[in-house]
Amino acid sequence: MMHETVLRSATKEVVLGHSRPFCLIGERINPTGRKIFQQQLREGDLSAVERDVAAQVAGGADVLDVNMGVPLTDEADLLARAIRLVQKCTDLPICIDSSVVEALEAGLSVYQGRALVNSVTAEDDRMAAILPLVKKYDAAVIALPNDADEIPMEAERRLELVDHIVSVATKEYGIAVEDIVIDPLAMPIGADTTVVQTTLTTMRGIRDRHGLNMTCGASNVSFGMPDRAAIGAAFLPIAMSAGLTSAIMDTRTPQLVAAVKAADLVLGHDEWGAAWIAAHRARQLAGT
Amino acid sequence: MTPDEILKGLYDQTLVGNAPTVLDLTHQALDMGMDPQTLLFDALIPSLEEVGARFERGDFFVPEMLIAGRAMAGAMEVLRPLLADTGVETIGKFVMGTVKGDVHDIGKNLVNIMLEGAGFEVIDLGVQVAPEKFVEAVAAHKPDIVGFSAFLTTTMPMFKANINALQKAGLRESVVVMVGGAPVTQEYADAVGADGYASDASATVRKAKELIHRRRALAPA
Repeated sequence: MMHETVLRSATKEVVLGHSRPFCLIGERINPTGRKIFQQQLREGDLSAVERDVAAQVAGGADVLDVNMGVPLTDEADLLARAIRLVQKCTDLPICIDSSVVEALEAGLSVYQGRALVNSVTAEDDRMAAILPLVKKYDAAVIALPNDADEIPMEAERRLELVDHIVSVATKEYGIAVEDIVIDPLAMPIGADTTVVQTTLTTMRGIRDRHGLNMTCGASNVSFGMPDRAAIGAAFLPIAMSAGLTSAIMDTRTPQLVAAVKAADLVLGHDEWGAAWIAAHRARQLAGT
Repeated sequence: MTPDEILKGLYDQTLVGNAPTVLDLTHQALDMGMDPQTLLFDALIPSLEEVGARFERGDFFVPEMLIAGRAMAGAMEVLRPLLADTGVETIGKFVMGTVKGDVHDIGKNLVNIMLEGAGFEVIDLGVQVAPEKFVEAVAAHKPDIVGFSAFLTTTMPMFKANINALQKAGLRESVVVMVGGAPVTQEYADAVGADGYASDASATVRKAKELIHRRRALAPA
């Protein structure tokens, strides 16, 4: 059975599914590696957040990933403020992104709608800390098939960890199976040209065994390589045909967005090409 | 081949990461009676420095760094015992690891390549290295520098945990602590009490050399 994952803001619903158009999760509302942005956030200046939101929305994001991981700050407070602000700027649902449990809880507590929590791993203590919050706030959750020891480099081992997460989340924490979104772990192809094959095999396994929705950090794949957009534009459609139903990606890159939309059409997720044609017409109208 | 041709071959083939040829040339050079030090200082190290410079200005990419590093590592396996026999001292000894809770290793591996390329002896503890493992390694290897790498804002606090563990073991004063990784800043390095921070692989080499010089200058004779 193929599952569907429902996300909501106060007013808008987005559904992830294997027979639906791909879900673009805009990734740039994140200060990692951006020193000026970090400094602004430390001083309580969230104006860059508004600009990043506008850019990701204009690029075609369906959901926004919001991460406020700034060292030496109160991340929980910052994330809660950022989420309130983002919800003022847009009606898109949010993916609340932190590895700090208190920050996830702070974000969930102010969020209006049904959020996607990013993320939990197969580690028992992480599941024990995060899954009760997912349940309490009626959210969906991204789960990564790695444990305390390793990111497994064999697809079969990643699939075992997915089995473990699904079993624990549904049986011990009462999470609905369709609310588990797996991140099959997309790794940089520049470090090892076989790693994406492992990811694709994992994706096919997750789709065929569990029918779960999936997401991944699409820009990881091209890290350290030239012409990154072209690599992403090849990776995403191939991954979509292996079962990837969403990605955390930079929607400001038209080449990536166009590749995804064309793949939706090719895979039969865009009836009569209506979305493809509408996007073309919108660009014509905008004169670009 | 003349010794000059061998050195040029070693330099050029390391630069493009041709490991089998680099190994072959290393054996040829030794068979001809060339000095292992010459191979290291006149070919391999300059070549890796050039690789690092190209990477830094965006002309070289991650796979090219990795294969160049692998080519040099192959030659070093042959040369290291010979260099040890001749009593050549390395620039310094560097114990390196990605902190506990963090599995990211690409950045760390690039730094290792550049350090080895600059003549450091690098002992890589891998990823998910717990504080007690760092303490053990510092006690066992007596390095000049220990380096902690973290890629996540949530694993960066392990820097402090590692430094505390060194302190508790009475080893903090015996070693220079460097930290790095994508989210790390100079400010953060200062806040946790590290001795040095660098933002990329080439900067790490410069900083490591500087810190070692400073320490040796301060050391009682």
